[in-house]
Amino acid sequence: MGSIFNAQQIVNGLQLGSIYALIALGYTMVYGIVRLINFAHGDFFMVGAYAAYGAFFLFNAFLGGSGLPMAAVTLIVAMAAGSVVAALTNRFAYKPLRNKPKLSSLITAIGVSMLIEYLFSALPFIGASFRAFPVLIEQKLYKIGTATISNYVVIDLLVAATLMIGLTFLVRKTALGRAMRAVSQDKDAAKLMGIDVERVIGWTFLIGGAFAGAAGLLAGMTYPRIFPYMGILPGLKAFIAAVLGGIGNIPGAMLGAYIMGLAETFASAFNSLLGEGIAFAILILVLLVRPRGLLGEKSADKI
Amino acid sequence: MLSVKNLKVAYGQIVALKDVSFEVPAGKIVTLIGANGAGKTTTLRAVSGLEKPVAGSITFKGQEVGGMDAHKLVSLGIAHVPEGRKIFPTLTVRENLELAGWTIKDKAEVRRRMDEVFTFFPRVAERVGQLGGTLSGGEQQMLAVGRAIVTGGDLLLLDEPSMGLAPVLVDEIFDKIVAINKQGTTVLLVEQNAAEALEIADFAYVLETGYTTIAGPADQVSCDAKVREAYLGV
Repeated sequence: MGSIFNAQQIVNGLQLGSIYALIALGYTMVYGIVRLINFAHGDFFMVGAYAAYGAFFLFNAFLGGSGLPMAAVTLIVAMAAGSVVAALTNRFAYKPLRNKPKLSSLITAIGVSMLIEYLFSALPFIGASFRAFPVLIEQKLYKIGTATISNYVVIDLLVAATLMIGLTFLVRKTALGRAMRAVSQDKDAAKLMGIDVERVIGWTFLIGGAFAGAAGLLAGMTYPRIFPYMGILPGLKAFIAAVLGGIGNIPGAMLGAYIMGLAETFASAFNSLLGEGIAFAILILVLLVRPRGLLGEKSADKI
Repeated sequence: MLSVKNLKVAYGQIVALKDVSFEVPAGKIVTLIGANGAGKTTTLRAVSGLEKPVAGSITFKGQEVGGMDAHKLVSLGIAHVPEGRKIFPTLTVRENLELAGWTIKDKAEVRRRMDEVFTFFPRVAERVGQLGGTLSGGEQQMLAVGRAIVTGGDLLLLDEPSMGLAPVLVDEIFDKIVAINKQGTTVLLVEQNAAEALEIADFAYVLETGYTTIAGPADQVSCDAKVREAYLGV
């Protein structure tokens, strides 16, 4: 048995980590701002994948062609679909419960998640069965040292990096970002600054949903098989990544996601069943050793 | 400017304000004094929209504002410096002030008001790049008042600005409140430090377990035998 810690595994781990990171950011942003674990978030990822799937066939039928412009349009559709579903979920499921006990929202989140999954299974043009994701861009392989890198790796890493840099800029440098940080720290004080807290929460869901939608497209392209329940496991793992990094902390979610991606890839190389379980082992370990996560603040100022 | 009549506010089953009425005339300083738990903070929170009244009316500039959202009242002209200052701890002093300009479309105006804060509180100007959470209590209070200057407005609500401050700082803050009032801002001041509050106020109201009991010009209220015994310790 050759070493499992080779360049190929690192590349695969970073690729998987990029997808987890895009999902984990939505979990962590929503938690940071409304203290809710949005269990329907993995389903926004699934919606993104199906939106990309639908957009591809629609555009292909009317306009023809594929390649980069087509992929870019599908990416925008996937992100838009993710954000619309996220915003609707917030508006109709979570907002009416905002001042009710947290448990109500949590149970509602699980309900919304199942609603989206079963609804998609029931829709005649989607259905419960697996579908092969179309080839948006011809796959090309490059040999670098001992590793084979496909252009999909480059695309996944590039899209994730671009979105994450954009988000960091938004949160750190723009007025909306300042407002998001303020609302996550103290809602009453934010209101007294004249900030419409509900609108900021709405934007947070919108952005988180868009990121999940983008991840859905990337996952569909990279692991070309989609189905209505495809969001459950990646959603759970991205949630664990967010906890690992410190839930509510944006750089933490990115760090946690890449650690998860690498850990899962290495463990899978060793034993494929171990790879599926490693996320949960990490969760138990984090909760035992460092419950606030790698970059999380002390829980005192989280309530 | 502000008129509160028979205000009633409850947190679930607990009724915090039972029957509170008072008037804040334009250009004046009005103070609400009272013991802990009398309902002073709740009264201010209801006026600024953070709490929804169960009954009664709050009229601001002739318009009924009871139950209106807090962020809308900021644009109407109510600035509230809340209890405990509520500085955003992980935002810098500058970011705290910039946020206070959220409702102002003209960003040059926001910068002008921030400069005003810096000349008013030179200590805040010195700390501009620091995180809000690293400021001392007195500096946080100055920043909190500074934010209210940036949000602007015709009515300034102040909740216990003297809380936790050294006596020298209390005097400084009260001087600033008088200065802000002289520039034309109406002030509604809530204080446990009744002596200081009565000294700068034009009118005073005493709040007792959810009711306004004693009312009148500040110098008259400070001569009231009950007030002297209960709140001034003489």
